[in-house]
Amino acid sequence: MTLAKPDVLALWDELESRVAAGDRFAGLFARAADYGPVTLSAQLATAGDVDTLEVTLPPGATRYPALTPRLGAAFWYERVIHDQFGLVPDGHPRLAPLIRAGDPLPRHVEGYGLFTIPHGPVRSGVLESIEYLVETPGEAIPHLNMRVFYKHRGVQRRFTGLTMPDAVLLAERTEGIASVAHALAFCHAAERIAGCEPPPAAGLVRVLHAELERIANHLDVAMRLADAAGLAVATARLALHKERVMRLVSRMCGSRFGRGVVVPGGVSALPRLAPAELLTEIDRLARQVSAEAAALMGTSSFLDRLRGTGPLTPARARTHGALGPIGKAAGFADDNRLARPYDAYRTLPVPPARAHIAGDAMARLRVRWEEVDSAFGLLRLAAAELAERPGDHLRASCEPADGRALGWAEAPQGEVLYDVAVADGRIAGCHPRSASFHNLVLMHEVFAGDILTDFPFIEASFGLSVAGVAL
Amino acid sequence: MSIWVLRGLRDGVVTTRWPAKPDPYADTWRGPARPSDQASPSDQARTADQATTTDHTNLADLCPTDAITVTDGIVRVDQGRCILCGRCVAERPGVFAWSQGATAPAAFTREQLIIPELPETDAAVQAARAGLAERTRALRRSVHVRHVDAGSDGSEEWEIQALLGPVYDLHRLGVFITASPRHADVLLVTGAGARGMTGPLRTTYDGMPDPKVVIAVGTDAVSGGLLAGGEAVTDGVGAAVPVDIWLPGSPPSPFAILNALLIAVGYLTPERRRPR
Repeated sequence: MTLAKPDVLALWDELESRVAAGDRFAGLFARAADYGPVTLSAQLATAGDVDTLEVTLPPGATRYPALTPRLGAAFWYERVIHDQFGLVPDGHPRLAPLIRAGDPLPRHVEGYGLFTIPHGPVRSGVLESIEYLVETPGEAIPHLNMRVFYKHRGVQRRFTGLTMPDAVLLAERTEGIASVAHALAFCHAAERIAGCEPPPAAGLVRVLHAELERIANHLDVAMRLADAAGLAVATARLALHKERVMRLVSRMCGSRFGRGVVVPGGVSALPRLAPAELLTEIDRLARQVSAEAAALMGTSSFLDRLRGTGPLTPARARTHGALGPIGKAAGFADDNRLARPYDAYRTLPVPPARAHIAGDAMARLRVRWEEVDSAFGLLRLAAAELAERPGDHLRASCEPADGRALGWAEAPQGEVLYDVAVADGRIAGCHPRSASFHNLVLMHEVFAGDILTDFPFIEASFGLSVAGVAL
Repeated sequence: MSIWVLRGLRDGVVTTRWPAKPDPYADTWRGPARPSDQASPSDQARTADQATTTDHTNLADLCPTDAITVTDGIVRVDQGRCILCGRCVAERPGVFAWSQGATAPAAFTREQLIIPELPETDAAVQAARAGLAERTRALRRSVHVRHVDAGSDGSEEWEIQALLGPVYDLHRLGVFITASPRHADVLLVTGAGARGMTGPLRTTYDGMPDPKVVIAVGTDAVSGGLLAGGEAVTDGVGAAVPVDIWLPGSPPSPFAILNALLIAVGYLTPERRRPR
């Protein structure tokens, strides 16, 4: 549902009151047609849908009253709008460039003996480029700055003008470790515009790949946490399981990241693995992974590093609309697979998230293991059901129609949201919003009482991808 | 802690013996697309005749990254642009095929990735190879690698990280990842060449001691991939640092990255597939 508002303040009023009433702030971006007036477009996740609320600024407007002072979750969104359009949100607390290169950041904390430790943009280890500036008197971390612009790739603009099949390929490469979720979110939007419905068998194949992607991502996070704690054997074991998951994916579709599977209207092919073999593989993986998880969660020297580390308060998680495992660990669970189900999640029983309130790295890891468990359950059900549907159609006809729609999917990091507009069979505008972008800003707020050596744990426990942040 | 001692012994040795021994996962890996071996130029012409006469122009339109060119009836694929979407292989299986095996794609010059090769390529490749071999002679058996992300989608980092796991175990080959560019012999660069990373990438490269080797990892790093032509990227990392080994793939598999590393330091050569 799209609501047009007469002016910016009316839009902000409605956003504020609806977030207070229980809706979730899901995004804000600006768009403009060829030097025309700029439209601000906000997304609100409601029970069962995602609404779009819009206001078109007067022609030639260069400023508007900022949303951030009223709704802190808009902090980064308004900085991106400023970067892209030069629009100044009046009253924004810190309008530094986010996805465009900017001047060195001013110190946030002043005082004797304080210094700034830069981590990045070239990190130690094999990591994506991002710069963390840690302001510290030695051990405590009173303030953290993040600069994400280094790997801004211009992905969003690159979508414009692509055909639908090409746009799916780009969606898969928007945030490479969540390729399937991005392809799904894009295709859901495309399918809404075209008014087509993927056949049931395609929905099952999509779930298979989405859940395997979730398992691989959560194993990666657990591996990085074990690595941060110096548990060499646990790190190696978790890397082994992750490799096994990725090899299973590549045996199913030829790509280790599930690329090329999801297409508008369905999927490109059935898994190349026979259903019986797939079920055997899933069972074997489930056994191995759960044994490893049990061992890890019984290693007290490891758990000591996670307990109470990087806590996000439930109140903050709620007002920010924290996504995925970060939200769930702080008592705010809004899982699209349950709340706004798509594909085979409409019929498969997705277990609701257990109640966690600690919001620390420990709770985040617990949530991930629970999600891995439920993912294996979903994989078994989906694979078994797929085996009963040999010869089913895999792809509905999805002729590109003109229009605009939102599509979403639950990535391992949380909700991925795509606003897609199509004109003459090509993309007229596409605004991807990853869970990584929405959640990473919360890292500013979780260093209460934590020290420098907690940093790798907190970063790993967020489990985000910078590629999805600086699109 | 003792449980980890036992868990570590649980699956026995899971490490591949590759390249000393063949590994089915490496050898059956699907590389970038290439013109089909069966289709010599005359065959291609025949295939084209069977379909439509304007077919060759349609061939080039198949590719989302303009990797396919047709000149004088010869169909060429620039593997450096191939993002392995498989559209050409699916649509025209008689003309295009997957290259097989993890070892297929790594190249010494950018032009070497164009298949079948252009007339002047071979001499340039031999010269690049000889120059690289000269530089890396001293590195063997102890190679330190630094990685820089210059605008990747995040998947290449996963595949490089996988080399440190027990399955590929980079360390068994005397190759180590290092944090400091001062200790690094090889620079692995991923990503389409984000302009924001040009400076840090260049600084890292300049900080490395000679001799040094640069590997562009992934189609994005080679040519910019789908992002090529965008205002925020330099269409590959070649614009910022001199690349010695070009490795396409979206992303390249861990075996492909391992192969490129071993070729870069002279441990393997394109002719000698087993180490001495």
